Amino acid sequence: MATDWETPQMAQGSGFAWSRLVIYGLLGFLALVYLLPLVVMLLTSFKPLPEIYAGNILSLPKEWTIAPWIDAWERACVGLSCNGIKGYFWNSTKMTVLAVTLSTLIGLLNGYVLTKWKFKGADLLFGLMLFSCFIPFQIVLIPMATVLGKMGIASSTTGLVFVHVVYGLCFTTLYARNYYMAFPDELIKAAMIDGAHFFKIFWRILLPSSGPIIVVAVIWQFTNIWNDFLFGASFSTGESAPMTVALNNVVNTSTGERPYNVHMAAAMFAALPTLLVYIFGGRYFVRGLMAGSVKG
Amino acid sequence: MASLEIKGVKKRFGTLEILKGIDIAVEAGEFLVLVGPSGCGKSTLLNMIAGLDTVSDGDLVIGGRRVNNLHPSQRDIAMVFQSYALYPNMTVGENMAFGMEMRKVPKAERDAAVRDVSKILQLDHLLDRRPSQLSGGQRQRVAMGRALVRKPKIFLFDEPLSNLDAQLRVDMRTEIKKLHLRLGVTIVYVTHDQIEAMTLATRIAVMKAGVMQQLGTPAEVYNRPANTFVAGFMGSPRMNLVPAKLQRNGDGLALEIQLDDRPKVALPLPPQPEAIRAYAGKEIIAGIRAEDIAHGPPEGPAHRSLEAVVEVTEPTGADILTILTVGGQELTARLDPDIEVRPGDKPVLHVDLAKLVCFDPKTEQRIA
Amino acid sequence: MATTYTDARGYDDAPSARARFQELLPKLVLAPSVVITLVFVYGFIIWTTYLSFTKSRGYPVHELVGFLNYTRVWAQPRWIVAIHNLAIFGILYIFICLFLGLLLAILLDQRIRQEGTLRAIFLYPMALSFIVTGTAWKWMLNPGLGIEKLVHDWGWTNFKFDWIVNEDMAIYTVVIAGVWQASGFVMAMFLAGLRGIDQDIIKAASIDGATLPKIYWRIIIPQLRPVFVSALAILAHLAIKSYDLVVALTGGGPGYASDLPSLFMYANTFTRNQLGMGAASAVMMLLTVAAIMVPYLYSEVRQSSRSGR
Repeated sequence: MATDWETPQMAQGSGFAWSRLVIYGLLGFLALVYLLPLVVMLLTSFKPLPEIYAGNILSLPKEWTIAPWIDAWERACVGLSCNGIKGYFWNSTKMTVLAVTLSTLIGLLNGYVLTKWKFKGADLLFGLMLFSCFIPFQIVLIPMATVLGKMGIASSTTGLVFVHVVYGLCFTTLYARNYYMAFPDELIKAAMIDGAHFFKIFWRILLPSSGPIIVVAVIWQFTNIWNDFLFGASFSTGESAPMTVALNNVVNTSTGERPYNVHMAAAMFAALPTLLVYIFGGRYFVRGLMAGSVKG
Repeated sequence: MASLEIKGVKKRFGTLEILKGIDIAVEAGEFLVLVGPSGCGKSTLLNMIAGLDTVSDGDLVIGGRRVNNLHPSQRDIAMVFQSYALYPNMTVGENMAFGMEMRKVPKAERDAAVRDVSKILQLDHLLDRRPSQLSGGQRQRVAMGRALVRKPKIFLFDEPLSNLDAQLRVDMRTEIKKLHLRLGVTIVYVTHDQIEAMTLATRIAVMKAGVMQQLGTPAEVYNRPANTFVAGFMGSPRMNLVPAKLQRNGDGLALEIQLDDRPKVALPLPPQPEAIRAYAGKEIIAGIRAEDIAHGPPEGPAHRSLEAVVEVTEPTGADILTILTVGGQELTARLDPDIEVRPGDKPVLHVDLAKLVCFDPKTEQRIA
Repeated sequence: MATTYTDARGYDDAPSARARFQELLPKLVLAPSVVITLVFVYGFIIWTTYLSFTKSRGYPVHELVGFLNYTRVWAQPRWIVAIHNLAIFGILYIFICLFLGLLLAILLDQRIRQEGTLRAIFLYPMALSFIVTGTAWKWMLNPGLGIEKLVHDWGWTNFKFDWIVNEDMAIYTVVIAGVWQASGFVMAMFLAGLRGIDQDIIKAASIDGATLPKIYWRIIIPQLRPVFVSALAILAHLAIKSYDLVVALTGGGPGYASDLPSLFMYANTFTRNQLGMGAASAVMMLLTVAAIMVPYLYSEVRQSSRSGR
């Protein structure tokens, strides 16, 4: 993303070397500060418990061990059951994959309609959907709990998928709409003249060129849904809880001597999927953040 | 039977009337160009012919069949867009075959049609490429190929050359003209460039603000413009439109050009029709083309000497565009490039008054 | 682009059933999402607002009691603490994020060699769940074993850093963790804004003799005003919604010293059987968010339609 224009600094000329040093120094220091929590989490998760009490958060493990990771996966106690977090990790995976797929697909179709098949009132409807992206979700907790109960999907992965699709639609629609707005209308016209109708145009012309926005929408949705806690805590209990709820339980409800290493390992399990998505899809992650924030 | 009939067609957006009643009958094999400044409604009219926009009033008839409510794919038309509109995810061959695919034409037939058309347009070696791998000119040809493959009754072109650089535009213009000559298809072509209109059309429809100003052959539109707008729009440099007075001159008339209290310039006119003689003693607007002014003394019967002072010269290589003051009024002349003129000069010039066009200053319409 | 269609035969141009269906199709496709939004967003907002005016405790009761729940909420010391905390947290969070984000963006804008890597480092916290963030910082801020111990081991044995268990200071730990998470995002926004600035203006200023800091202060930063506004709106919105982070970091504690309105709402709704008060607190949260987001969104939409999109 670096452009090749001259920075004001280079236009200045002298004083060059010193200020570069300061800048690099400051950036380096800040980078370390930002990396610190991750580094600490990792280090702690590979230490046996006595070392944690003996040393400090930055001391390297004298005895690297993956036992905390195994403990977290297999034996950590979430509430009353002590079967590790693996079940909850799986819950999150199921829930996230389904919710991401559904909300992205529906969002794409919505964006398509809103940009290429405009009708009177379409902009108003979009405005309504856009605003709904920003509500504090506390406002829907009570009614949603009631409705989920009536639908018979309270406390289940299905229920969570439903909730995440409902409240993820506004974002995927926003992304798709902004993306398709830049898609040439003439391509749609040419396809119409060629005899293609609504779905054919979507399937044969629009979708094949939608790669970038699909990635952005999927990354954004994946991150938000996997990381969600509020809906998970409100609408699932016990066995159907997602990873984030399980993590919180593991960390906050242990008594006696706290197995910090197991806590950190559990946190890493929760963090790894979205971190990996971030590392491999970094560019699209940023695009998603920007698209949802700067221009509405 | 006309290939396309536009009968009293109007277009409204709410209370705003974009097209105020257009009547054109396009014969088979004609090359009709709709030309005019932006906002004149030419693209709207084209979209309505294509079926991409609805008709508020009037009828569109293609091949004898009223098509107002037919879907674009059922009107037997094909369209070439300004941005080519090639499907980016398909190869050139697939792009051209897409329409046939939608109509469920069997693969063998599709392939044969694509092969034939790509030979005509010299695209055969490009069939497996994607649009992103093609140059602007190649993309334009693929867009035309996609249209040709449909074998439609009418080809619609929507400013197809506007996205090309100047040289390519000239080359592609010639290609389109050659294609028309070779295949004899009916074409409706929209452009804002009057040179394209002049070079390509068999007939030109000049439009302004939703009203057709004139429908005629290039020669008609150029030499006998219907009003001052057409006169100023067609041709480059624009036709000189000089306020002047028609004075009685013995048995005939003379054209008097004078600005304020500068020395008058009087040009005796050759015999004029009744309609113009009726304006004797009145003000008119005289239309004189830049190329009708030339060096040297008068030669033909309609030539007259022109007293003029050179203000500015603009050599183009092919001529010297010379801004002259005649009786105080400014005129542009297209003069011989090899004869030197300098600002302040008073060269020996004559004007060919056989080509004079007179306009009523109030109605702006041509007088006879 | 709406047209009516019919068969290719003849002059009959009355739209057939199939043609009318084709015209309705886009609206039909959009309809489910519209219905969902109307019901599950706006409908639920109305529902919760209605509940806030009822006498609901453990379950919904349809007896209207006017503004009783609201007065009861404001009578709770816990709510006052939560509002107080929201103000402290909100203001610090927003300003420090804006400052750090801008600083990082300006630093990274100086044609740094490892810009991509550094950007990735500052932004990765945004990819993490608030629960993970809270857990990590809770550990780092652990009074006996975290940073306090680290600094002791480095020699400063009198260093005390037990904010997380200190009633007065707990909320500031939330600020630290929150800023760590969100400042990278603000940085990304500012970086995008910086890259969009016309370079010729800067060159002209250089020729006029302006020094680098002056260029930034007088020319570049003022041009970033739209980014400031966007970032502010989003940060404010995030601050009001903050729930996960506090739950994981301090649990609202010690006691309810680091409570926020979102925790108040959750506790009253799901654990303390005070649906009416929970609903009332949720409504107040919504009003606060709306007060910020509605003008912001409105101006954004108007701007983009004015610039002819």
